[in-house]
Amino acid sequence: MKYRAAAFPLFALAALAGTAHAQLAGEPYIHDPSTIAFSDGKYYTFGTGRGGLVSDDGWTWHGGGVRPGGGVAPDIIKIGDRYYVVYAVGGGGMNGGHASNVKVMWTKTLDPASPDFGYHDVGIVASSDGVEDCDAIDPAFLHADGRLWLSYGTYFGYIRMVELNPKSGERIAGNQPVDVAIDMEATALMYRDGWYYLLGTHGTCCDGPNSSYNIRVGRSRNPTGPFVDNMGIPLLKGGGKLVVAGRGRGFGPGHFGLIDLGDGLQKFSMHYESDMDRAGRSVLAIQPLLWKDGWPVGGDNVAAGTYEIQSERSGGALELAVDFVRIDFDFRRAFGPPPSGPLAPLPDQTLAQDMAVWPSSTIKVDLGDYMIRPHQKWSVTPVPEAGGYMGSPYYKIVIAGTARALTATADGEVTTGGYTGDAGQLWRIDQLTDGTYRISPKIARNSVALVAIGASTVALVKFDPNNDAGRWTFKTP
Amino acid sequence: MGKMSPLLVACLAFPALAAGGSPPLQGLSPFFEPATSAPKAPDADGFVQRWLLLEPIIKPNRSNAGFTGSYVRTALTTEYFRGQFSVVPHDGDRVAGTAPLQWHALDSKLFDVKLFNFAQGLNKPTYGVIFWAVTVVDSPRTMTDVRLAVGSNSASMWWVNGKEAVGLFGDRRMVMDDVVSPPLTLHKGRNVIRGAVINGPGLSDFCVRFVDADGKPVRDIAITIG
Repeated sequence: MKYRAAAFPLFALAALAGTAHAQLAGEPYIHDPSTIAFSDGKYYTFGTGRGGLVSDDGWTWHGGGVRPGGGVAPDIIKIGDRYYVVYAVGGGGMNGGHASNVKVMWTKTLDPASPDFGYHDVGIVASSDGVEDCDAIDPAFLHADGRLWLSYGTYFGYIRMVELNPKSGERIAGNQPVDVAIDMEATALMYRDGWYYLLGTHGTCCDGPNSSYNIRVGRSRNPTGPFVDNMGIPLLKGGGKLVVAGRGRGFGPGHFGLIDLGDGLQKFSMHYESDMDRAGRSVLAIQPLLWKDGWPVGGDNVAAGTYEIQSERSGGALELAVDFVRIDFDFRRAFGPPPSGPLAPLPDQTLAQDMAVWPSSTIKVDLGDYMIRPHQKWSVTPVPEAGGYMGSPYYKIVIAGTARALTATADGEVTTGGYTGDAGQLWRIDQLTDGTYRISPKIARNSVALVAIGASTVALVKFDPNNDAGRWTFKTP
Repeated sequence: MGKMSPLLVACLAFPALAAGGSPPLQGLSPFFEPATSAPKAPDADGFVQRWLLLEPIIKPNRSNAGFTGSYVRTALTTEYFRGQFSVVPHDGDRVAGTAPLQWHALDSKLFDVKLFNFAQGLNKPTYGVIFWAVTVVDSPRTMTDVRLAVGSNSASMWWVNGKEAVGLFGDRRMVMDDVVSPPLTLHKGRNVIRGAVINGPGLSDFCVRFVDADGKPVRDIAITIG
């Protein structure tokens, strides 16, 4: 959070290559992004400095948004008909100081073109005097059980928690800050199943590909702690379980922001201190959020590759509904006397051998026992030029080695046909909080997804987050 | 620790370049109190809170990113004052260096020893420094297979009875039990623990305790530097 946005001039990005990308499309240049908020049909996030980023779909981001007040590392939360925006002015070690004020303001919309747009200043809700062991920056909201909490602070001393009035955004009268962590900054808060989660970064920021920022977490039954990690180490003694570290071409994740999309689907925003594909600039990033044993863990968009797509309901493999072709084999070899010579490997069934019985027209799909056959192996490839959804480009899903693509028809059927790039052949693949995936067509309406409606039958029907019928795993073939 | 880039650190490590005045001093009292002559037990988690701390030695570093093992080992095994690796000082002792530096016998009020606040409270440099710390652990019996567990901000090295026990290299932040030594022996009677912490910009502190073979804190020891 230490930089001002002016330090990050925007650069256009060359077209993304057709490989799996953690990176978002557009010009997602930002440092210290807030939680992403949805307002008037668009997604907004604000960063250090005055502006922010805006997106229609959560995949392609452009500079935009208006946030007066300057300062660093804002956060946003919507409560009722108000968007509260909190930010810090001063501190952060800039100019050698740690005196800072955390300020709140609100607006009824984040869309500057709306007649309802306009910020109303609430005032200072927390501060540090420059001497005490706290630097009041990097504020983060949590609205849980009707109460509004705010964490703030940096490596300079303690992370602190205060309570605000959710109806006004003001500090609760008489509320005193509580120390909840050390050696952490860029905190964020979540509430789930009776646990309060305090997340924040460890490591070094603001040094491009040498930044060691990584996001950590502790939890408590109480919003004011004590927060401990998975080893029971208090965050007040430096603890923190890893949520996400740098990976691939993205270095130094920080400034976690929860994106709850409903239907058991959560993602999180962050910045990478350095996107190596974008000259090392700090960029917005979005990743699936998983929960394992009560702890949040960074998930992954499905990577380009060839997979068996396995139903969590029946274990059946998604496949072309075609005649089974035997692999030539003399079963007596399996049960005969031990061979005296070396054993020769058997070849896999070839695509040509399997295809020999396929009809040339559309072929429906079903679920079958996985027999490691070509008609059960799917190549999954991002299609970034076709747009995307929150945190990911659309994918095409074709039988490996062919152009036969999984296709959603206008009347809600799922079949396969030659890939044309039509919307019915573009798929949204979201990792769910348990690590499995939901597969839904771009043309989906009413949360329709690929669902095992029988042990061996698939259809495009409404996704139910409470059972396994709509959950899939991508397994190496 | 210093978690910022060299660009930003430039104005942190050299306050003369920065805008704004120095904050008013708090002194040592928020974080320390004078050590007494009475033995002091570790805290409930086994952390050693009584130390002789030497006023900071100037060692400019604009970033902590350069605290590689080789750099830290060289920096912390260089002799800055006579008796650096052998003497158990007393409160008020002075050492001759580029500037006279004084030892302070202090009890930390917290589980960790806040070196930044120690330096700030004495109106000494807080960034670009090396801190030396010494304490004496009085063990009631010979204890084998104990381990020294250290967290420090930033890098540090630690010796037990003159033998190197652990090194914490890189741009460290402090977490309890960050680096744990191989099994070692605490002799019956006096055992000298010596450490040095190097820091560029940012806060600096350390926490030290002994743990037994089961990872439980060793508490039946006394700290007797008085």
